[in-house]
Amino acid sequence: MTGRGSDGLVVDAEVRRGEFILAVGLAAASSQVVGVLGPNGSGKSTLLSAVAGLTPVAAGRITLAGEILDDANTGTFVEASERPVGFVFQNYRLFPYLTVAENVAFSPRARGRGRQAARVAADYWLDRLGLAGLAGRKPDQLSGGQAQRVALARALAGQPALLLLDEPLSALDAGTRLDVQAELKRHLADFTGPCLLVTHDPLEALVLTDRLVVLEGGRIIQEGSPAQVARQPATDYVAKLVGLNLYHGRADGSHVTLTAGGSFVIPDQGQHGEVLAAVRPSAIVVSTKRPDSSSARNTWPAKVTGLTLLADRVRLDLDGQPPALVDVTPAAVAELSLSPGSQVWLSVKATELEVYAPSGGRQDQR
Amino acid sequence: MVTRTAPSRLTAQERARRAARGGASRSVPAPLLAPALIAVAFLLLPLAGLLIRAPWGHMAAALSGTDATQALILSLWTASVSTGVSLVIGVPLAWVLARTTFPGQRLLRALVTLPLVLPPVVGGVALLLAFSRVGLVGRYLDEWFGLTIPFTPLAVIMAETFVAMPFLIITVEGALRSADQGYEEAAATLGAKRMTVFRRVTVPLIAPSLGAGAVLCWARALGEFGATITFAGSFPGQTETMPIAVYYALETDPNAAIALSLVLLLVSVVVLVSLRDHWLRGPVS
Repeated sequence: MTGRGSDGLVVDAEVRRGEFILAVGLAAASSQVVGVLGPNGSGKSTLLSAVAGLTPVAAGRITLAGEILDDANTGTFVEASERPVGFVFQNYRLFPYLTVAENVAFSPRARGRGRQAARVAADYWLDRLGLAGLAGRKPDQLSGGQAQRVALARALAGQPALLLLDEPLSALDAGTRLDVQAELKRHLADFTGPCLLVTHDPLEALVLTDRLVVLEGGRIIQEGSPAQVARQPATDYVAKLVGLNLYHGRADGSHVTLTAGGSFVIPDQGQHGEVLAAVRPSAIVVSTKRPDSSSARNTWPAKVTGLTLLADRVRLDLDGQPPALVDVTPAAVAELSLSPGSQVWLSVKATELEVYAPSGGRQDQR
Repeated sequence: MVTRTAPSRLTAQERARRAARGGASRSVPAPLLAPALIAVAFLLLPLAGLLIRAPWGHMAAALSGTDATQALILSLWTASVSTGVSLVIGVPLAWVLARTTFPGQRLLRALVTLPLVLPPVVGGVALLLAFSRVGLVGRYLDEWFGLTIPFTPLAVIMAETFVAMPFLIITVEGALRSADQGYEEAAATLGAKRMTVFRRVTVPLIAPSLGAGAVLCWARALGEFGATITFAGSFPGQTETMPIAVYYALETDPNAAIALSLVLLLVSVVVLVSLRDHWLRGPVS
C-alpha cells in the first residue's frame, strides 16, 4: 500500500529554505494519488519544488522508479528540465503570450520533438481533455476551469512519469470547483504514474486522494487513508480541518480525564494512558434543561460564545468543561432561543466518541 | 467644531464625470498648476520657435547647400546598427546583471551604466584613448590588422553604441528583475533547458520592455553628438551625422540648420510613433 518498491516515488529528505526546514519521508506508488495536506507555511510547496528539481535537497535523497533524482550524499542532481515530471502550478502559470495549443505543445517541443510532431501531441491531449475548441485561445480568454484543464494537458503532454499538483483547485470559484474536481479525479485515475497532490482543502484531499500525508511545520504529523485521517485526526489542526471536536486526555478503562477539563465515559475497550477522543459536532445534543443522566451518556453544562451560520445548519461555539463545537438546525436555535451568553446543557452518547491512541492515526510513520 | 469652506457648485457635467471616474475632485491644486504650465511652456516653446522660424517657402533651397540626404542616411543606418549591436550584446549583459550574483556585480553594474551620466564628449575622449592608432587596443588593431577606427563610420557606430546601449541595458535589466520567474520555473519542469527558457519564455515575457529599451536606445543613438564628433570627427558622407550637420550649418547658414533640424525631428517622430504602435501598445498578445 505504501509503494516503497522501486516503481514509485520515494522522498526521504530534508529541504532548507532560509530558516525553514522540511524533513519528510514519504512514498507514492504507481497510479497512487498521495495527498499532502497542511496549513500555509507547512512546507507543502517546498516538497513539490524539491521533487520537481526547483530546490535541491539539503540532506537525504529523492528517487523515482529506483533512479536517483537528487542525493545530497553523493551530490547527484537531475536538473528540473531532465526530470520526467509534470507540474500543475497553483495559478497554472500558462504562458500568456502563447495560445492554448502552443502552451500544450511547449513540452514536446522543449523535449526535442519537431514542430509538427509537437502539434500532433498537443492536439491529442487537447482532445482528450475536451479542449479542442479552445486551441486558438490565449490564457486570458479562458475560464478558471478551462485554464486548470489546459495546465493539466500541458503537464501531461510531456509524458511525465510523475505528476505534481499544487493546490489545483484553489484558484477556482466555489461554483465550478466541484465540477472541475470530479473531472480532475477522472483524469488522475487515467494517469499511470505516482501523483502528489498538495492542498489545504480537506474536501479536495478526501475526494481526490488514495492516501493522505498531513504536514505541519515541515514535519509529517499524520499519514493514512483519507477515511482514517478524517475519523481519527492526530492533531487539532487536522481535527479543525475535518470539522471534529478533538480532546486530549488520559484513559482508564471506561473513563477519560480530559486535558481541557471535564471527563468522558467511553465504551470500555481496555484503553489506558494517553488517548485522543474525537466527536462530530452533530453528535452532541444541546438542551436548555439538564437531561436525564445515564451511564452511557456524557452530560455537561456550557455557555454559548458564538454562532456561525453554515450552509444548512448553525455551528455553536461553546465554552465549558470541555469546550465544544456543536452543529444544530436553525430551527433549534430559535426554539431554544440561543444567543451568545446562553447557558445550555450538552450531552453525547459514549458510543459517539472515537477514542484512539495518539499514534493511532499514523501509519507507515517513520 | 470643524472649520470648512462654503459648499461648492457642481455642474451636471462635473457630477457625471466624477461619478464615472469615481472618487473626489480631480481639479488641479493651484500650487501644482502653475509650475506644470511653466514646464509645458519651457518644453514646447523651443519647438514652436523651430516651426515658426522654419523657411517653409524655400525648404528645398535651404537644404540644397547641405549634405542633408547623406547625413540623414548615415544617421539612420548607424543608429540602427548600434541599436542592433546593443540588442545582441546588451541584452545578454542585462540578463547576467539581473539573474546572477557574483563578487563585484554592483560595481560592474555601476560601471556599465556610467555612460548614462558621463558627458558624451568625455566618452568620445575615452574611446579615442582606447581605440586610436596609439590607443590601448587600437595600437594592436592597427599593427596586426591594419585597422584604423577613428574617423570612420565604424567609429560613429561605436560612439553611438557606447552612449546609447546603457539605456537598453537598464530598461531590460529592470524588466528581467520584475518579470515573474514562475513562468521560467514552469518552462523548466516542461523540459526546457536554460537557453530554451531564455528564448521561448524570458524574451517573450519582457518583449514590451525590450521594445521600449530598443526605441530609447535608437533615439539616443540618432541624436548622439558629443562622443561622435570627438571620436569620429565630421567628414561629410563618412562621419557627419545629422546632429553634427545641424551644428555646422548653424555657423554658416541658420536657415539650413533649421531645415535640417526639422527633417531630423520629422524622421524621429515618424519612426518613434510607428514603433510605438508596433511595440509599445498594451501587453503583447
